Amino acid sequence: MGDAEMVTQDGMDGRFGAFGGRYVPETLVPALDELERALEAALADPAFDAELSSMLTHYVGRPSALCDAPRFSAHVGAPVWLKREDLNHTGAHKINNALAQALLALRMGKRRIIAETGAGQHGVATATVCARLGLECVVYMGEEDMRRQRLNVYRMRLMGATVVPVTAGTRTLKDATTEAIRDWVTTCPTSHYIIGSVVGPAPYPRMVREFQAIIGREARTQMLERAGRLPRAVVACVGGGSNAMGIFHAFRNDAQVELVGVEAAGHGLDSGAHSASLLRGTPGVLHGSLSYLLQDASGQVHPAHSISAGLDYPGVGPEHAYLKDAGRATYVAVTDAEALEGFALLGRLEGIIPALETAHAVAWIAAQRGRWAADEPVLLCVSGRGDKDVAQVSEPGAGSA
Amino acid sequence: MLTDRFSALRAGGRRALVCYATAGHPDPVRSIALWQGLEEAGADVLEVGVPFSDPMADGPVIQASSQAALAHGVTLDGALALVARARLGIPVVLFSYLNPLLAAGPDVLRRAADAGVHGVLVTDLPVGSDPEREAWLGDGPLAFVRLVAPTTPQERMAEIARHGRGFVYLISRLGVTGVSAQLPSDLPDTIARLRAVCALPICVGFGVSRPEQARAIGAHADGVVVGSAIVRAADASVDEAVSLARALRAGLDGADA
Repeated sequence: MGDAEMVTQDGMDGRFGAFGGRYVPETLVPALDELERALEAALADPAFDAELSSMLTHYVGRPSALCDAPRFSAHVGAPVWLKREDLNHTGAHKINNALAQALLALRMGKRRIIAETGAGQHGVATATVCARLGLECVVYMGEEDMRRQRLNVYRMRLMGATVVPVTAGTRTLKDATTEAIRDWVTTCPTSHYIIGSVVGPAPYPRMVREFQAIIGREARTQMLERAGRLPRAVVACVGGGSNAMGIFHAFRNDAQVELVGVEAAGHGLDSGAHSASLLRGTPGVLHGSLSYLLQDASGQVHPAHSISAGLDYPGVGPEHAYLKDAGRATYVAVTDAEALEGFALLGRLEGIIPALETAHAVAWIAAQRGRWAADEPVLLCVSGRGDKDVAQVSEPGAGSA
Repeated sequence: MLTDRFSALRAGGRRALVCYATAGHPDPVRSIALWQGLEEAGADVLEVGVPFSDPMADGPVIQASSQAALAHGVTLDGALALVARARLGIPVVLFSYLNPLLAAGPDVLRRAADAGVHGVLVTDLPVGSDPEREAWLGDGPLAFVRLVAPTTPQERMAEIARHGRGFVYLISRLGVTGVSAQLPSDLPDTIARLRAVCALPICVGFGVSRPEQARAIGAHADGVVVGSAIVRAADASVDEAVSLARALRAGLDGADA
C-alpha cells in the first residue's frame, strides 16, 4: 500500500475516500472545530498520553490478554487467537474510547457528558469513566434496548448516570443516537458528546479509531511474540465498527493479513430484517457522515434488525465503507441463529461466553473449516463478554428473536 | 422570485413572514389547503419540509409531523407533486435533510424548479462541508439558502453570507426546532453581528411562535420563520394554523413603523 493511499485512509481531512465528512446542523460546526483542535493538541501532548496510558493500565487493566483457544482451534482446523477485550474493566472494548474522550472533555473544560448506547456497553463504559472523573453523565438508550439490556441500565444508574429512554422510531441505537445529537445541538457549549463507535461527523470516526487502535497495536505485538508470526486473518464483528477498526488499524499495511468484518444478517440477508449495511446498504448520509446505509429509494433510513443490540444499527463507520470499496477488508454476515450457536460454542469449548456481538465473529470463523491451513493463525477480537446477554438468550424463544 | 419578494418588502419597509409546513401533514389534501391558507393569511415565503425518517435537528412537533407525512406515503417526490398542485403565488423553499435529496438523484433540483419550487435549504450541509454537493445545490436552478447559528463566529458568518442566496436563515438559539417561551436576550446582538457582514436579507427562526415575538424580531431582522407553532396548530385544524399566521402577520406589521 503506497503512501498516498495511507493518507487518504487516515481521515485527516475528515474523509475516507468518498466517505465520512461532516453533515451536521450549522450549530455543531464550531463545536466540532473545537473538538478537532482539542484532539490534535491532546494527541501531540505527552502529558495526555501519560495520563491515558496510566489509566488504561491501572483502571482498565490493559494490555488485554492474547489467549490461545486450543479446543476452538481444533474445531476450526487452524490456530485461533483471542484478543480479550472482554477482560477490560466493564467487560468490553468500549472503555478504551470512553476514557480517552472523557479525558479530552476535561481538557476542553466540559463537565457534562452525553452518550448513546445500544447494548449498553458503551453507556456503561461512559457512566463508569464519568463516575471515576466526577463528570455528569446522560445516556440515551432506546426503550427496546432498555428492555433487552435491563442489567446494563441498572449498572449505569448505580454509577450515577441519568439514562433517558428513547421512544421514537425503532426505539434502538439509531434513535438513541439521533436523540443524543439533539441534546448536543442544545448543549454543545458546555457538553461533550462521547460517540461510542467510529461513526458520526468528523473528527469522530478518526478519533474513535485512534482511541481503539490500541487493540490492534497490542495484538500485533502479542501475535509476533506468542505465535511467532502475523495472523493470516483478523476477524471482528461490525455494527458501527469500532472494535473492528481498532484491531484492523495496526494491520492495515500488512498486505498478507486478511481483514474480515462480520455484520449481523439478522433473519437473513434477503429477509429485509438485518443490520448488514456494508453488504446490503447504499451510500447515504446519517448521523453526520456519508457511508453505507440501509435505506429505501426515497432516502428514508430503513430500520435495522439484529438479535444483538450492539449491532442493531442501519449505518456503519465511513472508514469501513472505504476499506470495503478499496478491497482492503472483506465483509461477511452471520444470522441471529448462527450467532446464538457461536455464543454457545465458545462457552462450551473455551469457557468464554462472548457478547452476542462478538458471537457473530465466532460463528463466522467456526463455519470456515478448511479455509486456513493448520499453521495459519487467525486473530479474533473478543470485543466483549456475554454476561449482559445471558438473560436475553435464556428467555424462551430467544433463537427466533 | 425570492430576491424580488425581499426587494419588494424592503422597498415597502415591511418584514417577511416565512411559514414552515411539513409536506403531507396533517395529510396530503389538507397540506395543500394549509399552504393556500397561509398564503392568504399573508405569508411571504412558504418553507416546505421534506419528510425524513431521522430528523436530527427537529424537536418533537416537527418529528411527529414528518412521521405522519411518511405514514401517508409522502416523500420528496410526493412533496414536489403537492407543490405543483398547490399553485401558490408566493416563493416556495424546500427544507430538507441531505439524504432524501441525494437519493432523489442529480435531476431533482430541476424537477423541483419545474414543480414551482424557488429555493432549497439543507439542514445538515453546512458551508464548506462538501464542496462538490454544495456546488450542485448552489449552481442549480434553485436559490441555495444557507443557515447561520448562534454559535457561528463572525468570520464564518461572512463566509456563509457569501455562499448564500435568497436570504440567510439565522437560527435564534441553540437546540432543535420547537417553540420557546422566551427569545435569547442576545438575539439582537447576534443579528447585528451577522448584519455587519451580510448583504442578504436575514430571517430568524427556531422558537418563534407568538405575534409579539415576531414583532420583537422584526425590529432587528428582515423576517421571521415560524415552524413548529404552525405545525402544532395544524394538528388541531388548518383554520387554527391559518389564524395563527394571520396573527403573526399583524404582529409583524406592527413593527413596520
